Amino acid sequence: MNNILNEIGIENYIYLAVILFSIGVFGVLYRRNAIIVFMSIEIMLNAVNLLFVAFSTYHQDAEGQVFVFFSMAVAAAEVAVGLAILVSVFRNIGSIDIGKLKNLKG
Amino acid sequence: MNVTTILLIFLLGAVLTYVSGNKLASKIALGFSIMAALASFYLLQLYLANQNISFNGVWLQSPKVFLSLQADGISLAMVLLTTCLMPVIVLSSFGNIYNNAKSFYSLVLFMAFAMTGTFLATDGLVYYVFWELALIPIYFIALIWGNGSIESRKKAILKFFIYTLAGSLFMLIAFAYLYTKTGSFLWNDLVKLNLTSTEQTWIFLAFFLAYAIKIPIIPFHTWQAKVYQKAPTVGTMLLSGIMLKMGLYSVIRWQLPLAPLAAKTYMPYVLALSIAGVIYGSIVALKQKDLKKLLAYSSLAHVGLIAAGCYTLTQDGLSGAIAQMIAHGFVIVGLFFAAEVIYRRYDSYKIKDLGGIRSQTPKFSSLFLLLVLASVALPGTYNFVGEFTVLFSLYQINIWYAVFGGTTIILGAYYMLKMFQNVMLGETNTKAFADVNWTETFVFVVIIAFLLLYGLYPKPITDLVTPSVKEILTIINR
Amino acid sequence: MENSLVLVLLLSPFIGFLINVFFGKQLGKTVSGALGTLAVVVSFLASIYFFVEINQTGKPISIKFFDWISLHNFKLDMGVLLDQLSLLWLLFVTGIGSLIHLYSISYMHDDEHLNKFFAYLNLFVFFMITLVVGSNLVIMFIGWEGVGLCSYLLIGFWYKNQEYNDAAKKAFIMNRIGDLGFLIGIFILGSLFSTLDFSTLKTLITSGTNANVTLLSLAALSLFIGATGKSAQIPLYTWLPDAMAGPTPVSALIHAATMVTAGIFMITRMNFLFDLVPNIQFIIAVVGAVTALVAASIGLVQNDIKKVLAYSTVSQLGLMFMALGFGAYNVAVFHVITHAFFKACLFLGSGSVIHALHHEQDMRKMGGLRKIMPITFITMMISTLAISGIPPFSGFFSKDEILMTAFHNNTILWVVASVASIMTAFYMFRLMYLTFYKEYRGTEEQKHHLHESPALLTFPLIVLAILATVGGLLNLPGNNWLNHYLAPILSATEHKEHTLGTTEYMLMAIAVAGGLVGIFMAYSKYIKQNFVPKPDAEINGFAKTLYNKYYVDEFYMSLIVKPIKSLSNFFRETLEPALGSLVYGFGTMANKMSVTGKKIHTGSIGWYLTMFTLGVCLILCYLFLF
Repeated sequence: MNNILNEIGIENYIYLAVILFSIGVFGVLYRRNAIIVFMSIEIMLNAVNLLFVAFSTYHQDAEGQVFVFFSMAVAAAEVAVGLAILVSVFRNIGSIDIGKLKNLKG
Repeated sequence: MNVTTILLIFLLGAVLTYVSGNKLASKIALGFSIMAALASFYLLQLYLANQNISFNGVWLQSPKVFLSLQADGISLAMVLLTTCLMPVIVLSSFGNIYNNAKSFYSLVLFMAFAMTGTFLATDGLVYYVFWELALIPIYFIALIWGNGSIESRKKAILKFFIYTLAGSLFMLIAFAYLYTKTGSFLWNDLVKLNLTSTEQTWIFLAFFLAYAIKIPIIPFHTWQAKVYQKAPTVGTMLLSGIMLKMGLYSVIRWQLPLAPLAAKTYMPYVLALSIAGVIYGSIVALKQKDLKKLLAYSSLAHVGLIAAGCYTLTQDGLSGAIAQMIAHGFVIVGLFFAAEVIYRRYDSYKIKDLGGIRSQTPKFSSLFLLLVLASVALPGTYNFVGEFTVLFSLYQINIWYAVFGGTTIILGAYYMLKMFQNVMLGETNTKAFADVNWTETFVFVVIIAFLLLYGLYPKPITDLVTPSVKEILTIINR
Repeated sequence: MENSLVLVLLLSPFIGFLINVFFGKQLGKTVSGALGTLAVVVSFLASIYFFVEINQTGKPISIKFFDWISLHNFKLDMGVLLDQLSLLWLLFVTGIGSLIHLYSISYMHDDEHLNKFFAYLNLFVFFMITLVVGSNLVIMFIGWEGVGLCSYLLIGFWYKNQEYNDAAKKAFIMNRIGDLGFLIGIFILGSLFSTLDFSTLKTLITSGTNANVTLLSLAALSLFIGATGKSAQIPLYTWLPDAMAGPTPVSALIHAATMVTAGIFMITRMNFLFDLVPNIQFIIAVVGAVTALVAASIGLVQNDIKKVLAYSTVSQLGLMFMALGFGAYNVAVFHVITHAFFKACLFLGSGSVIHALHHEQDMRKMGGLRKIMPITFITMMISTLAISGIPPFSGFFSKDEILMTAFHNNTILWVVASVASIMTAFYMFRLMYLTFYKEYRGTEEQKHHLHESPALLTFPLIVLAILATVGGLLNLPGNNWLNHYLAPILSATEHKEHTLGTTEYMLMAIAVAGGLVGIFMAYSKYIKQNFVPKPDAEINGFAKTLYNKYYVDEFYMSLIVKPIKSLSNFFRETLEPALGSLVYGFGTMANKMSVTGKKIHTGSIGWYLTMFTLGVCLILCYLFLF
């Protein structure tokens, strides 16, 4: 089997995943729009998925790819629930700016 | 028939009282408490006839907890104290009208259930559960039906609740530690342990904290006066008449047999502390302006002496302490009832509002005086038997304990007679004071008759208690 | 038969008490009083029966009813011991008790609570009998505290007056100080000998088992402290004069004739113990003599007729204690009996005077009553002569024996006692002169109402006066009936009898001369110079100190009562809140921590996430770098 890793080294996948993950983290931390935060979370998830797939190939083990299917399914469900929460938040306070959600203040 | 019967009667009584509605509640409660009393007397007969009245069942598999309820002479004496006092306490409340009476009486019976359980449980964890369970009803009784503003009540009672709860947690830790050693909470297994003296010290102190707060021994007594003052009189009676004895009983049942070496090592300190409590309580009581608070401090002084008796680790000390527990249970309930009788008529516990009552109420004043005299341990009352025996045991440890502990007979007479003079004697009070009615008289007469009867013939109680005391002492001296 | 008769003896007054408490109001005053009296008379008759019996057989009767208190090492029985000593006491307690009950029917007739008065009196007699017949120290203690209770109830009988109540309370508390001593004594003996039974104790102590002299001395001292409380000796005597707040029959019965002699009874009962500890005996003798002198000197200037008698009682009790201290128990007992006769007579006589004057007790407002109240006067005069030690009245014999014993043992104490006796003669005649001689000094209106008291009041006076006259026959020198009678009780030591030699006659002469000097001084001052004591405000100099009782009450007040009170205030106002806030401290601490901690929780999700990320990074760093 023609292994794709022979052409593009495993380290490059890792770099990409780290970059994607960092973009996700910074997106979560610095954006205030809840939808964008959400998208950033998805990016982080996908970064992890990418790593999973890459390592799966690297180790010649299909288990990692199975996990990716799981996590994609969970992510889909999570998006559905998350968006539903966002809609209800929007209905309650008329905004999806997370800076305004301060009910947890001690 | 075994000891669970009493528990079931109280539990069933609590449920039925709640179901029966506000009008019938007090009568149903009285009925069930009388039933419990009768049942306990029947059990006493069985016990004296050497029949098995204990109950054993498995509660939890892991950790191993047995629903083990046993009665020896000491716990039976305490159960009898509870079941005999309950009808008296319930009857004493008949002159009052409570909002939501069904909940009130239901809680009262529930508390009796928990306290009886504490006296009977021989599995450490079950005992602990009952011990804490008794706290819940009194919290609500005092909070909802108490005197004074809701804020002050909340403050006093929350303090009491958290304080005693916090103390008890140390006891739980001690039990947990002992469980890791034996794999059992059963009293029978625990007393067979051979702990090092360091371990015993920690266990002794953990138990001491729990009991010193409950009894209370100074300086852990600060919750007491306020709670007694704020709680409704029935609650105060339950607290002072029975609940304090839970602490003292537990000292004899759990603390001393589980940590005998430590008990011997720390005896001088604990005795000194208890006796300091006697003097301190008496002196503080002297200048109290509130009748209930004065009685609270008198109670502090008396339990100090009882605790001292327990910690002497002698037969006289223990049996005297038990006698004194019973006597004090009765007399303090009677005294608080006298305060209640006054409150019903004058709507005040302030001593300066009172005075000049005697000329209006020959019956009440005689009964009150008899209680005062019993409380100062006049010979011929059961209190004297207890106090004499305890002081005698203290003398055998050291003469100074007896001398300082004995100041209670002087100071006790001082503050009680002063109180009696200020409350009852003097020029006729301008406010009318109706003499006691039939129920009130009955309550007083029952209490006083008990104290005088056993003051002259204490043998039945002594015979019941002594063998068990000896057994405990052999365990302590193992 | 014997058992049931003992029960009758013991319980008859108690039944009288119960009847008077529960049915007294319905029965009416006369019936109530008569019943109360009857109850005591029954006891008196039973005592006579036993007295006769024991005189014939010479064997003490001891009966055990049931086990009372069980202690680790021994049991205390509920039982009685009727021996020579207890029967002697029973006779005069119930005998004088009967007379005083009779007297009270008339004296208290106007009081609305007459039934209660008789109930208390009966209860007192019951407890006094218990004290006397108890077979062990703890039963004696029941009676001991019981009579204290009755004394409390009767001093504060007129409970509307708070001063009387204070006096009652004071009596009870001072007695209880003594009682603590008594209890400690009981504890010491109990743990030494594992018994508190008189007969067993006697065997054990005399045989020298466990003869630990220090502990025995301590026990004797503790018991003596108990006796100082009940019998009003230094330092616990101040309650007795205040106790005169009670009705006069009470003063006569409780605070002169019977209860206050309980201490002497107890020490005589325990004579086998006291004989072993000469140091303590010396203390007792000194305390007794000093008390006699101090009380007599205070009595010199008192103006309240009952206060004079009260101090005289304290002083006479002091003499008895001195005799006890010299080991002359029989002499002390002799004086107890004669004293009971003449002092009861004096109190009842003063009651008769007070009754006639409508509750006037100040002698400055009396005078000239001799002709109006002849019976009262004559009976009181007889008793006064008796107490002053003038032959042939009873007091002469008993007091003379005390002085003789003192002379043979300790000359200084003999001088002290003799001076006290001279003072006694002085103040007693002062009392007589101020009350009965010269002109009446009260208001005109009162003067019209003056009258001799009714027969019910004077009859007991007459009986007591006769007894006060002939009481000396009990122990006439040469005959010494009492000494022989008491011999079985005091067998531990040979009882001391004085052979009458020149010294003894000399001593007698000195004593009588002393009495006469006292009388003469009173005569010259109050009859010849016609002196009337000044109003309170004008008293000055040493007389003022005496009049104010050496300020002992004030001393106790500022040294003991006030510190306790201020300590109580300090505890209540400062220490209690401080301790309370210490516990609250834990709560406050938790609260503070929470206030600080909650500042981190800003509520901003971004902040939480940043922290979360940082935290993860830190953990990762930790995991990979270390």
